[in-house]
Amino acid sequence: MSADQVDYLLRLGDDALVAAQRLGEWYAGTPEMEQDVALANIALDQLGMARLLLTYAGELEGKGRDEDALAFLRDDREFRNCLLVELPNGDFAMTMAKLLFLSAYQRLLYDASIGVADERLAAMCAKARKESAYHLDNGAQWTIRLGDGTDESHRRMQAAVDELWPYTHELFASDELCQRLDEAGLAVNPATLRDGWLSTVEPVLAEATLERPADGWAPEGGRRGVHTEHLSYLLAEMQVLHRAHPGAKW
Amino acid sequence: MTGEQWPLWEVFVRPRRGLSHGHVGSLHAPDAAMALRNARDLYTRRQEGVSIWVVPAEQISASSPDEKDAFFDPAADKVYRYPTFYDVPEGAPHI
Repeated sequence: MSADQVDYLLRLGDDALVAAQRLGEWYAGTPEMEQDVALANIALDQLGMARLLLTYAGELEGKGRDEDALAFLRDDREFRNCLLVELPNGDFAMTMAKLLFLSAYQRLLYDASIGVADERLAAMCAKARKESAYHLDNGAQWTIRLGDGTDESHRRMQAAVDELWPYTHELFASDELCQRLDEAGLAVNPATLRDGWLSTVEPVLAEATLERPADGWAPEGGRRGVHTEHLSYLLAEMQVLHRAHPGAKW
Repeated sequence: MTGEQWPLWEVFVRPRRGLSHGHVGSLHAPDAAMALRNARDLYTRRQEGVSIWVVPAEQISASSPDEKDAFFDPAADKVYRYPTFYDVPEGAPHI
């Protein structure tokens, strides 16, 4: 069971870690300084949660790997994040759509995980749910403003929502590992979260005068380590320092 | 960013219950809702406050530095405006 738990913690932790790295790419590049600070704050929240989850995963695994070993010394096939977080940032609309979709999911997941039997995980989620609520608010506010803004911002926001929607299905895909942990009371089955997610996201899209895309193509594979080519490039940049100078410290 | 900049907002934060909101700085935001959120990120990251006000900077009327003398100097030589100017009469301890 603890091997299952390790795998599950990596899923959550890698989602947060890769999301943090992508948001960090925006630093000093957003349209306004204020938004720079907002995205950097969100990135740091995600990084903080990733550190807690990866540290815990390493301890449960019992092979002496700490958070740094897990973050910087695994290859792409060993990462368990969903495909959504590794996709390139695209334009600002794309980043906001991704923020909306991911944080709506994380908010529901962390909320529901407060009741799991794994007390350490439950405590982490209790802390992170307040942060996720703020991330969700930021993503929703911008989606509404850009969707219901100018013709150009509406066009870009709709294009972003259309492009990312297929990748949201993976967030709620259940597998045998999820079912085993769910039955043991150690984790929330993500399939149970989609209704809540839709009732969070759909009103935002409606207020933003955006069309809710039809469900169809549902790419997946991230939870098994089968990623898009984008993850390798992201990891190369994120890991290069640690791999070139193992154990480097500030 | 090219083109026009977002409007300027003045930010007031109340540090604790029972204290007044104090001016802490300013920021740019497209509207009031985003100004509040930006203020949260810029000015209350380290638990500095329990309440935030944002006000459009253009809505603030300020006294002019040119009028400083007329506005503030006359108060300098009127010591009788301070409570310490008066002697408390004997036998009236609760004044």
